[in-house]
Amino acid sequence: MRIYFDHNATTPPAPEVIDEVTSRLAAEFGNASSIHYFGQRAKAVLDEARSQVAGLIGAEPSEIVFTSGGTEADNFALRGIADVSAGRLHLLASAIEHEAVLNTLKALGRHGCRTTIIPVDQTGIVRPDALAAVLTDETALVSIMHANNEIGTVQPIAELARIAHARGALVHTDAVQSAGKIPVDVKTLGVDLLSLSAHKFNGPKGAGALWIKRGTRLAAILTGGKHERNRRAGTENVPAIAGFGVAARLARAKLASEGARLAALRNRLEEGILARVPGTAVNGAREPRVPNTTNISFEGVEAESLLIALDLEGVAVSTGSACSSGTLEPSHVLRAMGLPTHRTQNSIRMSLGFGNTEAEVDYVVERLAGVVGKLRSLTRAGR
Amino acid sequence: MRIVVAMSGGVDSSVAAALLARQGHDVIGLSMQLYDQREGQPRFGTCCTIDDLHDARRVAAHIGIPHYIVNFERQFSETVISNFVEEYAAGRTPIPCVHCNGDLKFATLVARAEGLGADFVATGHYARVERDGATGRYLLKRGVDAAKDQSYFLFTLDQAQLAHAMFPVGTLDKAAVRRHARELGLQVAEKHESQEICFVPDGDHAAFLERQGAAAAAGAIRDIDGRVIGRHDGVHRFTVGQRKGLGLSSPIPLYVVGIDAVANTVTVGPRAALEQSELTASGVNWIAGVAPAPGARLTARIRHRHREAPATMTGIEGDTVHVRFDEPQSAVAPGQAAVFYDGDVVLGGGWIAKEI
Ligand SMILES: Cc1ncc(COP(=O)(O)O)c(C=O)c1O
Repeated sequence: MRIYFDHNATTPPAPEVIDEVTSRLAAEFGNASSIHYFGQRAKAVLDEARSQVAGLIGAEPSEIVFTSGGTEADNFALRGIADVSAGRLHLLASAIEHEAVLNTLKALGRHGCRTTIIPVDQTGIVRPDALAAVLTDETALVSIMHANNEIGTVQPIAELARIAHARGALVHTDAVQSAGKIPVDVKTLGVDLLSLSAHKFNGPKGAGALWIKRGTRLAAILTGGKHERNRRAGTENVPAIAGFGVAARLARAKLASEGARLAALRNRLEEGILARVPGTAVNGAREPRVPNTTNISFEGVEAESLLIALDLEGVAVSTGSACSSGTLEPSHVLRAMGLPTHRTQNSIRMSLGFGNTEAEVDYVVERLAGVVGKLRSLTRAGR
Repeated sequence: MRIVVAMSGGVDSSVAAALLARQGHDVIGLSMQLYDQREGQPRFGTCCTIDDLHDARRVAAHIGIPHYIVNFERQFSETVISNFVEEYAAGRTPIPCVHCNGDLKFATLVARAEGLGADFVATGHYARVERDGATGRYLLKRGVDAAKDQSYFLFTLDQAQLAHAMFPVGTLDKAAVRRHARELGLQVAEKHESQEICFVPDGDHAAFLERQGAAAAAGAIRDIDGRVIGRHDGVHRFTVGQRKGLGLSSPIPLYVVGIDAVANTVTVGPRAALEQSELTASGVNWIAGVAPAPGARLTARIRHRHREAPATMTGIEGDTVHVRFDEPQSAVAPGQAAVFYDGDVVLGGGWIAKEI
């Protein structure tokens, strides 16, 4: 038996998505920029997908620029703004951003931008006063993720955006982990730029988007042909984008019901573990949080061993973020929350999704209790 | 039977894993990440680089076993690297591979393996473990391929460690291992093997030690009569037996014959001054748990590439032993291991101590 509790890493594509991608791959080989019949058909597929993706976040289709995924969307937002914001060269991002934002910020720092990291409190939330304290009149862009990939906490984006706008800064939010899990509405959030990735909500890998509020000036980072209204060069990946559109449509349709179902499952998992396994604690604020995610520390157990032992039992979970070779590093998110080192190394993330069931949750609680008990007995034996 | 194989990405441990899997065991590949792979220069031609980790992963996928990379950076730095730095600073010539085997693979990794429900840890070493039917004790024996034998690096293993150790290629020669690798379709069949110390890929120990904070304190180079005949810029740059890099002009070739870290002195002499008929080894581990009696005949190896020399054990006090060679041996370097054999069986070994 294989149980997949790692949906924040990626999700299995929905059957409708698989149908869409494979049929478009077979039938729509045209280049969407071509003037002829084949190009027009491909273009129509893109337009349809653009409307579906826009619909998921309450945006206009013309505000959607397709990218190769969340990483490119984040790069586009930060680099694209840095490129046009002569004079305002200060960039801000929260300490718990995904590497796609943090490492891009670092790279821009090496290229002459001033960058500041906004701290989070011990529950993993960016406090409005923490943002206010680091904003300056030179701040061009504030990048704060909507939901965190490791702990699932949801940031008060609307409030933070108001504070940033009051100082003349633009606001980007990485909504890769919130889209498809909780309502994401660009108007309610009040941001200027928003990143999406299809494979986090049952779409295909290698497709994503940056939503750019109409009128926002930013430079293209991929230059070349005049694709995507001159904002992102490169022949569009039509089948993947079509699958992205279908995934967005499905996510929107079942947002409320699936959200409630996953929250109930996640809470059952969390309560089960806290009750069955001593020495456990949930990391980060339990509310507001995306409904599918929990991050739990197991006192005295190395997360690396726990992950491997669970995988050998057929249960896929994750910890922190994986580095290039695939080993574990202490999570920068848990560190930013001020957790002691041992706890950052004792923590695993479980993230549920579409196919998960109550029976799976109960099985995982059982297996966890067994595996943790065994690992602890070895540690106590002094090995 | 569940077996964890320590996979370095080289041909030996790859074949070890493949052979065990083919025998139907429940094999799990673990590769150790030993230093930060994100920063610094690309490393080459040595083990445990990011390319080697990927090779291990590809081999595991090919033979159809689960594979994980475990992060032992902290443990590696605390045990192997810090010992390496301390030993050089003390004027000795360390062997990090022994600590990597004894303190990492057969300690930390074994503990991990146990947590995963494994009964054994296998590596790609050319050595053999056998159980002595009469005593019930585990014996460590040299690998069948004399040219590749790595038993020298395993002398610290104790009975408990050997009870859970497997060396599947120890009964093969290198040519057979490569043949197996080709037959099994392993991508690493023709891969070169590493000779250098893995964390000093360019062989520049001195530069590595200085990056680790070794003090480059200048001092005197003396001849064997105590006369100052030159200057050195840090004892960590020298090894007993070394000839190159002394910066001396002399009608006869001069070798490092002694290093005194306390006095910050390097002593040089002619080749003959390197010869020694006796050695003292401390911290000796007897693999079967019992020391041979004084007077026992054995052979002793004083560095990895050394041809073992016949010797007699002349004395023993606690875990310190004295040994006399039948013929004088050249470059007995403090800090290296003296490993004692009875035929193919590794009796045990210890660390060569300073004579003078
Ligand atoms: C919050 C967040 N941002 C960005 C990304 C990157 O998205 P992608 O995998 O599509 O490049 C991820 C996923 O790894 C993520 O969790």
